[in-house]
Parts: sequence; C-alpha cells; structure tokens
Amino acid sequence: MNILFAQEVPLSWYLLLSAVLFSLGVVGFLIKRNLITIFMSIELMLNGVNLSFVTFAHQWHAVKGQIFVFFVMMVAAAEAAVGLAIIIAVFRARATLAVDRIDRMKL
Amino acid sequence: MSGPLHLWLIPLLPFAGFLINGILGRRLPKWLVTTVALLAPLAAFGVALYTAACVYIFTHIQCAPSCPFCAPCSIFQPVVESLGTWINIAVLHVDFSFVLDQLSLVMLLVVTGVGFLIHVYSVGYMSDDEGYARYFSYLNLFLFFMTILVLAGNALVMFIGWEGVGLASYLLIGFWFQKKSADDAGKKAFIVNRIGDFGFLIAMFLLVANFGTLTFTEIATKLGQDPGWNGGVVTVIALCLMMGAAGKSAQLPLYIWLPDAMEGPTPVSALIHAATMVTAGVYMVARTHVLFDHSPFALGVVATVGAATAIFAATIALVQNDIKRVLAYSTISQLGYMFLGCGVAAYSAAIFHLMTHAFFKALLFLAAGSVIHGLGGEQDLRKMGGLWKKLPVTFAVTTVGVLAIAGIPPFAGFFSKDAILYAAFLQGTNGKILYSVGLLTALLTAFYMFRLWYMTFLGEPRSPQSHPHESPWSMRGPLVILAALSICGGWIWLYGFSEFLTPVLGARVAETGSWRLLIPYTQYSLSLETVLSIIAVLVALEGWLIADKFYRRKPTRPASLAAALPSGYKLLANKYFVDEFYGATVVKPLLGFSKVFLEWVVDVGILGGAAWLLGGIATFAGAILQRWQSGNLRSYAAWLAAGAAAVLLFLLVPWITVLAYLAAIHLGVAGH
Amino acid sequence: MHLILFLVFAGFCLAGAINLLLQSHPINSALSLIVVMVSMAVLYLLLGAEFLAAAQVIVYAGAIMVLFTFVIMLLNASREERTLGSRAALRVGFPAVVAILAIIATVILHTQGLGVARLSDGITSTEELSAVLFTKLLLPFEVTSVLILIAILGAVAMAGHEEQGSGIRDRGSEGTGKQ
Repeated sequence: MNILFAQEVPLSWYLLLSAVLFSLGVVGFLIKRNLITIFMSIELMLNGVNLSFVTFAHQWHAVKGQIFVFFVMMVAAAEAAVGLAIIIAVFRARATLAVDRIDRMKL
Repeated sequence: MSGPLHLWLIPLLPFAGFLINGILGRRLPKWLVTTVALLAPLAAFGVALYTAACVYIFTHIQCAPSCPFCAPCSIFQPVVESLGTWINIAVLHVDFSFVLDQLSLVMLLVVTGVGFLIHVYSVGYMSDDEGYARYFSYLNLFLFFMTILVLAGNALVMFIGWEGVGLASYLLIGFWFQKKSADDAGKKAFIVNRIGDFGFLIAMFLLVANFGTLTFTEIATKLGQDPGWNGGVVTVIALCLMMGAAGKSAQLPLYIWLPDAMEGPTPVSALIHAATMVTAGVYMVARTHVLFDHSPFALGVVATVGAATAIFAATIALVQNDIKRVLAYSTISQLGYMFLGCGVAAYSAAIFHLMTHAFFKALLFLAAGSVIHGLGGEQDLRKMGGLWKKLPVTFAVTTVGVLAIAGIPPFAGFFSKDAILYAAFLQGTNGKILYSVGLLTALLTAFYMFRLWYMTFLGEPRSPQSHPHESPWSMRGPLVILAALSICGGWIWLYGFSEFLTPVLGARVAETGSWRLLIPYTQYSLSLETVLSIIAVLVALEGWLIADKFYRRKPTRPASLAAALPSGYKLLANKYFVDEFYGATVVKPLLGFSKVFLEWVVDVGILGGAAWLLGGIATFAGAILQRWQSGNLRSYAAWLAAGAAAVLLFLLVPWITVLAYLAAIHLGVAGH
Repeated sequence: MHLILFLVFAGFCLAGAINLLLQSHPINSALSLIVVMVSMAVLYLLLGAEFLAAAQVIVYAGAIMVLFTFVIMLLNASREERTLGSRAALRVGFPAVVAILAIIATVILHTQGLGVARLSDGITSTEELSAVLFTKLLLPFEVTSVLILIAILGAVAMAGHEEQGSGIRDRGSEGTGKQ
C-alpha cells in the first residue's frame, strides 16, 4: 500500500502511455468505417504526441516544449474545422459517410 | 628535280571525272559525258608521260650530257611526294605519300595508257546503254583507285587503292544490276577479294609489329641492315601478302570470282580483269620483293601456286564454250605465269609479262567484245564461225593477239614468257619441274587460243545472225593500237628493260641473258637461253598444229575425244567442280549456321526474347502495381502505417550494433 | 499521491481510447474522446503544465469535440455497417502498428537519463509561458492566428451554402473490399 502513495512517477511511464495512445489512434484509423470516427482517431494521435511533448518539457525544464503543444493545439483546431467542412462536402456529394463507399478516385 | 612533279594530279583527274559524271552525268548531254570521261585518263596519261620525260631526261642528261638516250642511266632517283601526315602514333608514322620510281612508272603508263584506250573503246561499245554516264564514272573511279595503288609509297595507302579497286570491280561487274547473275557475280568477286584482303591486313599488322613502319623503302632498309632477318616472321608476312595477292589476282584457291566476273561489260573485263586490277597482286609482290627475297620458302610457295594455277586454268580453258570464259581462264593462267616469275625471283620478267599481257589480253577481250557486238550479243563459240570475211579488222587484230599470247616471235608474248621460263629453269631441281609445268601450260595455251581463233573466225558460219557487222571506228581504233603494241611491245626487253627496273627490283642473273641487245646490235650465241627459247617456240607451234587438226582438218575429232573420255571431259567442262565444292563446304555450312544460330538463336531468341521480356516485365509490373491504387482509404492508411514503421525502424534501431551482434553470434564470440 | 493520480487518469485515458475503438456509433466515440481529453488535462497538471491543462479543456474538449458533436448531429451519422472493408488494413496495418509500438517502446525503455515526475516539482506558470511566447516566438504566434483565419475561410467555403440542385449528386459505388 505504501507503494501506491509514492510521490514519484518515472517519466518513461508517461512516454509509454503516449506511445500506446498513438498506436490506438492508428488502429482506430485502420479499423473504423465512419469518416468522422476516423477523424477522431487522428485527434487521439495528436493528443498522444502532445503528452510526450509535455513530458519532455518537464524533463528538461524547457518552456518551449509546452509552447509547441500550444501550437499543436491551435493547428489541430484549424484542421478540425476544415476537415469537418470537407466531410460535410463529401457527405453532400456521396450521401454516405462509409469510407469504403467513397472510392471513386481509384484507377 | 626541276620542279614539283604534281603526282597527285594523276589520281585526282580521274576522280574529278568520277564526280562530274557520277553526280551530274544523267543531266549532261552525251557528248559532254564522253569528253569528261575521256579527258580524265588522257590527262592522267599525259601527266604520267610528262613525269617520265622529266625524270628520264633529267637523269640522262646527268649521265650523258650530249645524248640523253645513249646510255642506260641508273641514277634515276625515286621521287617521293608526301601529301600530308596520316597517322603519327608512337612508332608508326604513315603519310599520304606517292612514290614514282621505275616500277611505278612502268605500271602507271600501262594503267593509264591501256585505260585510256579502253575508255575510247567503251564509247562505242556502251553507246546504246542507258547507264552510260554511270559506267564512265565507275571506270574513272577505278582509275583513281588504281593509280593510288600504283603510286603508293607505303602499304596503307596501297591498301586504300587495293580496296578501292575491289569496290570499283564490284560496281562494274554488277553494272547491269537487273540481272541476278551479275549481282551474284559482283558479290562473289568482292567477298573473295575480301578473304584475300584479310591476308594483306595481317601482313600489315605484322609489318608494323616487327618493323615499326609500313613504308616500302624503310622496310627494305631495315631488312638490309640486319642479315639475321631470314625466314620466320618474314616468311609469315610474305605468305600473308601472297594470300592477299591470290585473292586480288585470282590464283588458287581464290580464283573463282574471275570467270563469273565476265558478267560485266566486255571493256570492263578487258580493263579490270585482264590488264590492270588483277595485276595488282603481282605489282604488290614486286613492290615488297625484299620480304620475299629473304624467305626462300615463301618464294617457293609463290612459284608453286603460280605454276599450279597456270596449268589448272589452262586445262579448264580447253573445253569452255563461252568466248569470254576462255579468255578469263586464260587470264588466270597468265597471272599464274607472272607469279611463277615472281616466285623464282625474276621480278622484272614478271612485270614485263604483266605489261605485255596487258597489251594482248586487253586486245583479245576488246576483239571478243567486237565480235559479240557484231553478232548482236552472241557469246557461244559453237555458234560462231566464218567471221573473217565479215569482220576483217577484228580478225586481223585477234590473230595478232593470239600469236602474241601463244608466244611466237617476234610478238610480245614470246619475250616475256621466255624470260620467265628461263629464270625458272635456272632455279635448281624444283625450278626444272616448274619449267616443265610452264612449258606444258604454254602448249595448252597455244592450243586453246588457236581453238578459239578457229571456232570464231574460220570454218563455216554457224551463227543464226545473218548480218554480222564490223564495229565502229571508236572500237576499232583502240584495237589497232593495242595490236601494234602487242607486236612491238616485247622488243623493249632487248633494250635494257630489266636494267631499267633493276634498281627497284634487284638484279637477277636470269634477266641478263644473251638475247639482250644494245644498239648497235653486236652478237648472240647458242646459249642455254637460246635453246630454251627455241623449245618454247616449237611447243607453241605444236599447240597450233594440234588445234589446226582438231578444228580445221578434222572437226569431228573434239567430239569423239570428248565421247572417249566422258568423265575427264565432264570434269574439265564443270571447272573441276570447284564452285560446287566451295558451295558445299563453305557456303552451305555458313548459311546453315547463320540460319540456325544467328537467325533463330540470336535474332529471334536472344534479341527478340530480350525485347519481349522487357515488355513483359513492364506490363506485368504495371498490372501488379495497378491493383495497389484501389481508391480505398483504409488500405492507403495501412500502407502509410507500414511505411512509417519502416522509417522508424531504420532511424531508431542502431544498425551497427545489430550487425555487430549478429556477426558476434556467427563467430561464436558472444555465447548466446 | 502522484502515482495513484497517474494510474487513475492514465487508466481513464486508455479506457476512453479503447472505447472509442469499440463503439459503433460515432457519438459514443466522440464522448469517449472527451473523456480522454479531460484525463489528458489532468495528466498535464501532474506534469506541471497548468496553462496547457486549461487550454486542453477549453480548446479540445470544449470547442473541437463540440464541433465534432455538431457535425455528427447535422449529418445524422448512424451506426457503422459491418462491410468487409479492406484486407490490406488488416494484413498490413496491424503488423505495422505493432511494429511501431514495439520500436518506440523499446527505445523508451532503453533510454538512460529519464528522470521522474513529482508533485513537488515546480509548475510552469502562465507568466513564464507568455514571456517566451510573446517575445521570442511572437512570429509563430501571429502566424498561427493567420492560420486560424484561413481555416475559418476554408471551412465557410467548403461547407457553405448549397447551390441550386447541387445536392446529393450520386450514391457512390457499391464496391466491395478492395486491397
């Protein structure tokens, strides 16, 4: 029980968590059939990366790491806006959100 | 020298004629074409004469200032004219050099002189032909190359001329190219020539390797300096040169192209295949005689080949029925004589025979052309006869030619043949054998030439043509001139011809026989030479008598003799089946090999297969890669992930340690 | 305390992520993602990034996920169909993901010199952050605002008003799984 009350967490655990989140994001990108869900997996990937940035910022006591996370968030916001707009446009054209049906550009 | 001799004009003028007639000839009027065509050899002949006069007079003035022609003079220095450097690499230095010495002067005069006469003859003979301008351009091209060959100062320039005359020969043999037989004959001539040229090339390579030079005078100097140069490499070089000469001059085994070359127009046969081109081999051997002098084995080979060819061709000529074929085999036989002369080191005699042969053989060919022209194209002896009344001039000149070639004094052939046979006789036991072969050949020569004479001109007319007509004067003129030369041309031997050539060709005892005559006439004695000459004349007359018996007194005799020896007759009539033999042993296997290996294996299999394979690979790869572009987002994503994994793998894994780890395991150092 | 907090909220993260994968209706996935976002904010706090934790909640969970939810509502997204999908995604994708995870994990575990995180470690104050952001990194900051402006324009252009009759043009293909 005493162990649970430890005050220290090795930073490698944070990094491992970040890696696992990233991989889960990739899996979601591969598995899911709904465009919006795929997009959400991308956001999950981004979050995993953010965590690793903050971890390293803590390691080196560098503010720049956190600033970079800030920028990543901004870009993710912009990307989400535009991406969802595209999804809406695609939905208007194809009336479906299933990714397997939207393959009209194949050779 | 009083001034530059401009030797380069001699080849250049015919070349200009070739260009003008070749490029513009079809558009020019016929008289202009004729003028250009005739001016070229005439001008070349003129320059040659002028050159000869300059040099001769100049040197003789120095010898005997009061009377240039009084005494023979041996300070005629060869004139070397270099037109520029061609090759200058390390040891090898080759110029475009022309050399005028006694030998090339004699050849030059013969080539341009006889060439001019034949050009004049051709005006009449080819006047109705559609390719008139083309014919004369080819003839001029031939003269261009032949003069280069004669004037060449080194082997490489001679080789230019050598190849060029082969080319001109091909063009002229196949002049009537619509006829397949003419095409084939042209190809045959060129290819067989090339086989001989291979020998010439090897000889040149060996010369460069061993002497470091191709200039004839330098080779002679180097050979003279080192007395150890006997046999060995020199023999090989000489034999290779002989191979080239055999190809060009139609000796065994490369003579097969000459009878087929009769497909060309008759003046072409006269010029190229009688008087000039085929003598290039003899000329070449004479030019490089120092090499042969240092190799008795090669000389023996030359003599043997010459004698064998002489008798071989003579036997075939006995039963030929085409007038031009008889003359063709006669040419081969006489060339054999020339090589026999070279082979017993009597080079001056060989060159002299070359000269007289040019006269009477050209005469005979042109006369045959006159007969053919008069009969409207008939060439078969069995269909001629009784023409002496209708073609009197042709008959007269042919008689002169036949007497000359048979070797009956005082015509030209007697002196030259006699000189060669005498030189052969003096050469020891082998020489006596060669002498007998030569004598037998002389008998056969007389026989078949008189046979031709009887069958063509005497007896009853057998020709279906009812009105044979005599040729125009443009054709008769050269005939008469050549006949005159055939009569008088031999007399120059008595005036020191061999002494004239000695500085170039070396002195030989055989050529200074007692028949030599210096003005004023002094004496002659019954020497060995005289005896041999009388024997030769008797043999020639015997040949005439036999021909007379066979073809005038008992005309059925030839047929009955042929019936009595059917296989022998068949063998001779089919030319010993040599062409068939070559066809079966060389041509057919080569064609078969080409078809099986080159066509099926290489062309269809390897090349075609490679092309098919490349196309197949492209199509196949494309088909596979095409399926990758499915438009499916998830598969794209999957491959993206795979790519990312690969990149990470390459970046983050320290490959050095991995490889070192594996190597360590392999070598058993780490004990895992 | 740190450990317990870390374990709890890391567990929430993972649970949310796995739930995102397992759910078939996109709205459920969106809600799971919101759980992940908020847990991440707590983890940021544990690492001493207070501004980022706030920003995470406000921007990500508050704006972006709301946007997602709105779009799901607008497009009336429904449960996913169990179509065959792509074989390549299974055969190539999974090994790739496993490889990625394995490599990164190996590298992380073998790295020396990674320290520890404690509750008593100093928090990076917003003042420190802004001191760098508005002085040394002012240009990227301004560029970011331009980027957002462009994004707004793009979104309006893409998803803006419909033209007459340009509604649902075609139904897409009935393609079965292709590689």
